[in-house]
Amino acid sequence: MWRRIKEKVSSRLMFLATLFCALLIVVIAIGLFLKSIPILGERPLWDLLGSSDWNPERGRYGLFGPIMGTLWVTGIAMAISVPLSLLTATYLSEYAHKRIKDIVRPLIDLLACIPSVVFGLWAFLVLVPFIRDYVAPIFGVSTSGFTVLTAGIILAVMVFPIVISVSGEVLQSVPLAARETSLALGATKWETTRHVVLRSASPGIVAAVVLGFSRAFGETMAVLMVVGNKEIVPTSVFDPASPLPSLIAKEYGELMSIPLSGSALLFAALVLLVIVLAFNLGARLVLRRLKRGWSVE
Amino acid sequence: MNKRKLTESIFKFLMIASTAVVIASLLGTMAIITVRGISALSVDMLTKTHTASFLLGRGGGGILNAIVGSVYLAIGATGLATLISIPVALYLQKDYSRGGLFARLTRLSLDVLWGTPSIVYGAFAFSIMVYIGMRTSLMAGILVLTLLELPILIRAIDEVLKMVPKELKEASYAVGSTRFETSFKVTARWALPGVITGILLAFGRAIGDAASILFTAGYSNYLPSSLADPVASLPLAVYFLYNSPFSNVQDAAYAAAFVLLLMVLCLSVSSRILAKRFSIGGGR
Repeated sequence: MWRRIKEKVSSRLMFLATLFCALLIVVIAIGLFLKSIPILGERPLWDLLGSSDWNPERGRYGLFGPIMGTLWVTGIAMAISVPLSLLTATYLSEYAHKRIKDIVRPLIDLLACIPSVVFGLWAFLVLVPFIRDYVAPIFGVSTSGFTVLTAGIILAVMVFPIVISVSGEVLQSVPLAARETSLALGATKWETTRHVVLRSASPGIVAAVVLGFSRAFGETMAVLMVVGNKEIVPTSVFDPASPLPSLIAKEYGELMSIPLSGSALLFAALVLLVIVLAFNLGARLVLRRLKRGWSVE
Repeated sequence: MNKRKLTESIFKFLMIASTAVVIASLLGTMAIITVRGISALSVDMLTKTHTASFLLGRGGGGILNAIVGSVYLAIGATGLATLISIPVALYLQKDYSRGGLFARLTRLSLDVLWGTPSIVYGAFAFSIMVYIGMRTSLMAGILVLTLLELPILIRAIDEVLKMVPKELKEASYAVGSTRFETSFKVTARWALPGVITGILLAFGRAIGDAASILFTAGYSNYLPSSLADPVASLPLAVYFLYNSPFSNVQDAAYAAAFVLLLMVLCLSVSSRILAKRFSIGGGR
């Protein structure tokens, strides 16, 4: 009898805990939405998203600058990271000798667990002076070194492990027989890789890239340390910016005392969350559909 | 024919070069932080807290408050997260969620939650703290890090539990065990090494995260004496000290980054060793 009760009670409790975890994301989204109602009631949505005038002391809350800052930084990061990561993943999965794989894979796992402030400090020590003293002068620009380019490069490094490991797993799951068939028909190794392996792995590769993108999109500390933190719309890679996560981290402590400003920052957090959610969900749904298409074939 | 060979070697070269760049970025980061960090380390640095003279650049203090704070935060959060994650991951298995729709939706929701930026957790938690009148404290830091760890830990344990052989569970049911007994005494025990690996990974994530505890755990120059005190942490020590005008305060940022890096690397390596040692057919 006692065992029955234990079984009943425990399964009820486990259900509640699971429900809590499943709904956590919804609770966070609703919480942020409720907190952004004051600012949404005060200013039209277009004014918040479309104006680049961020000046909380004067009651101006235009988020266009930070949104564009986020897009610049993330765009640079992906432009650097995606080709390098995919080539690396392909090399590790298709070409590399087992001995090399056994050395490189753990190193990439290590890269994944390095905290973001450590990358930020590294960027501050190495990249900032490098861009200020060597890269910018080539283009005839004078800059402090705290630029969207600096932040983009460090984000690219942080995105490497995600894209490499996720796309690597997908490449591994392509059946060996597919490769052998292609090689037997006289295709070279690269032709096989490109037309057989990469093509059949493409949905997973899209997912890997999107996962990397959302990591870069929400990354805070490393960017905050090297991006210059000016709420302007960047027009070149040597401009500073203040992407959404950095804006929240930088301003939140001070602005919370003013209700409307606090609300504006939570609205910024909501925008960030909604974009990341949309990308994650979209990728998963696309993936699912592509997979279904596969199995029908 | 030649063109095909040429393409082959061009791409092979590109791939090797990319791999080299990726590895160089890792080794470069570790090398610079290690060199700067080790030269900044001293006995005082590891055994004293931030003192007033230290913050004014006159030396005589260290980062002990940040080390202790980080360890408290990560242990508290990992403990809480483990307590919640194991039952939840067990509930996601076929024994409990037969239809599978609820489990599928929960997994999807957790995967999406995993991608949520940690600054969003921080802002969300802080607005709740303001609402209920809680101040920045060790407790608040632990709670927000627990939320951050939940999706990682649950999904990690879930993946291990999925691999538990069906026959093992069936044998347990066949001798009349309840689902509770099977799950906690048979399934969970079989999966224990994998669970520990997941816990170490989650611990590493929690100890390195700064954005979520920026407004929740706060910062303090002293050691915490209760759960209600604000605490310092290594990542935030790096963030607050790196830009100081005083070179020996900057040194403390390098030292903090190095200690943090060392902890995270140890965690990662030990979880790897554990995973290898206990993997199925891998030497047991």
